Amino acid sequence: MIQGGCAQVLAALDDVYDPELDEPITALRFVSSCEVSPDGDVDVRLRLPTPQCAPNFAYLMAADARDALRRLPGVRDVSVVLEDHYTGKEINESLRGGGGFAQAFPGETDETDLVALRNLFLRKALVARQARICESMLADGAGVEAVASLTLAQLPDAPDARRCRELRARLGLAAADDAPAFVTPGGEAVAAQDLRGWLRTARLVRMSLEANGGICRSLLRHRHGLDATSEEMIES
Amino acid sequence: MHFWDASPANWVPGAEQYAKGWIECFHAYQSLGPKSTHWPIQKFQKYSEADFERDVFEDGHVDVGIFQSTYLKEWYTTGFNTLETNAALAAKHPGRLITNGRWDPREGKAGLRQLEKDAKQYGLQGVKLYTAEWREGSRGWTLKEPEAQPFLDKCVELGIKNVHVHKGPTIWPLDKDAFDVADVDYAATTYPELNFIVEHVGLPRIEDFCFMATQEPNVYAGCAVVIGGLMHARPRFFAKVMGELLFWVGEDKILFGSDYAIWEPKWQIEGFVDWNYPDEEFSDYPAVTTDTKKKILGLNAARLYGIEVPPELGLREQVGVR
Repeated sequence: MIQGGCAQVLAALDDVYDPELDEPITALRFVSSCEVSPDGDVDVRLRLPTPQCAPNFAYLMAADARDALRRLPGVRDVSVVLEDHYTGKEINESLRGGGGFAQAFPGETDETDLVALRNLFLRKALVARQARICESMLADGAGVEAVASLTLAQLPDAPDARRCRELRARLGLAAADDAPAFVTPGGEAVAAQDLRGWLRTARLVRMSLEANGGICRSLLRHRHGLDATSEEMIES
Repeated sequence: MHFWDASPANWVPGAEQYAKGWIECFHAYQSLGPKSTHWPIQKFQKYSEADFERDVFEDGHVDVGIFQSTYLKEWYTTGFNTLETNAALAAKHPGRLITNGRWDPREGKAGLRQLEKDAKQYGLQGVKLYTAEWREGSRGWTLKEPEAQPFLDKCVELGIKNVHVHKGPTIWPLDKDAFDVADVDYAATTYPELNFIVEHVGLPRIEDFCFMATQEPNVYAGCAVVIGGLMHARPRFFAKVMGELLFWVGEDKILFGSDYAIWEPKWQIEGFVDWNYPDEEFSDYPAVTTDTKKKILGLNAARLYGIEVPPELGLREQVGVR
């Protein structure tokens, strides 16, 4: 039995991110249904903005969701199904059988490339999150010197900062309290004199991720006849 | 722009789900434009010459349009929109429609001969390449491959100087990052005499595209989908994308594209003519002037395609000098 039922399941899915957009699949409204049986069987269905969304990212999200749900206390069987996707059959079969991406498409891919792709996007996500924090601090009047000298512990305790720390840990970059708050992709602290130039690039990455997220949200809304969320109303 | 036939009668038997999925995906993109411009799916699958002429020339403010031929013959029996069908329509509107061809390195020597024939028959100035196209079990190709070099050489030889590259989803997109623009970087360096226009500015990899475009003087940003997909649906994101493109790529290297019939040109052109950054938050992006818009909406493409521009429609300073 799972304490808290579907609420608990959805909370676990809050930690599953779209690797390309670096946003939780729950916030993106990719979870279309959730059922929990009294014995602890979980049945989750996922929907994507288009039937042609890249299968590699689709697979990663579905497999990550399955793995997150399997870790829930009291869980028995986990079923994650990707709905209305043109490679849904292959992906769902692989998810059911516990095989990886390579097993879903035999002879057409291998796992190494998928790992490399995921890491590339973890790096992009880190750059984008740092840009958001840094831009906001500078806009609030903080000086370049002061911002460049901050440590992770000195960042405001907000979702972006917490996510930065997770991303850095996953990428093997310093993530302790006293580590520099803003780092290059290689993990070096961004020096004060380089901060503006670094931010120019970093905010381009941020814009790209956010604009893609915007298009995905619009397409999903159209496909499933959803209303805009309050968050979306503010952003546009 | 396109004049396509994606109606069920043109779906390849056995590939119906892909043909149907493809056009439905395009149709979803149309929903990002203003509601009054949405079409029912039946019309969207196949529209008439009369629709095209009205939407593009009568209502759409288009002086000269450029066709990007897209074959997808694995899914559409006679092709999605081929050089032949586009050229036939262009022939009815002399001087108003430029038709681009295509090539595919996987077709080898036969493909080279066909390109030569097409170039002569249609006077090609440009090609549209679809590196993600599925063909006989292959799931795409890149401009870096040795097989692509003879085709790029042939473009130089035949004076086909504008190479439009679509970076987008593969037909069966697996581990490979189909949006990777590194191969355009390579080709642009190797062939400085050719212009490379990256359609949809590499969306969803705008950042990679921008970093590459700043390094390569012969790489251009094709704006199709940027205006249609964002200007109405996500105006603040649109402002940021335009601001970044103007900063990194510059106003001399951005080309408007309506992507008709995904979106009608009328609202896109009228909206962009009236457009500016929404507020102070965008103050450190490059300014947008009337000349900026003239370049993006036509003068840049006119330069690449040798289209004569009436003097009174040139840049303000040039008009002033006249």
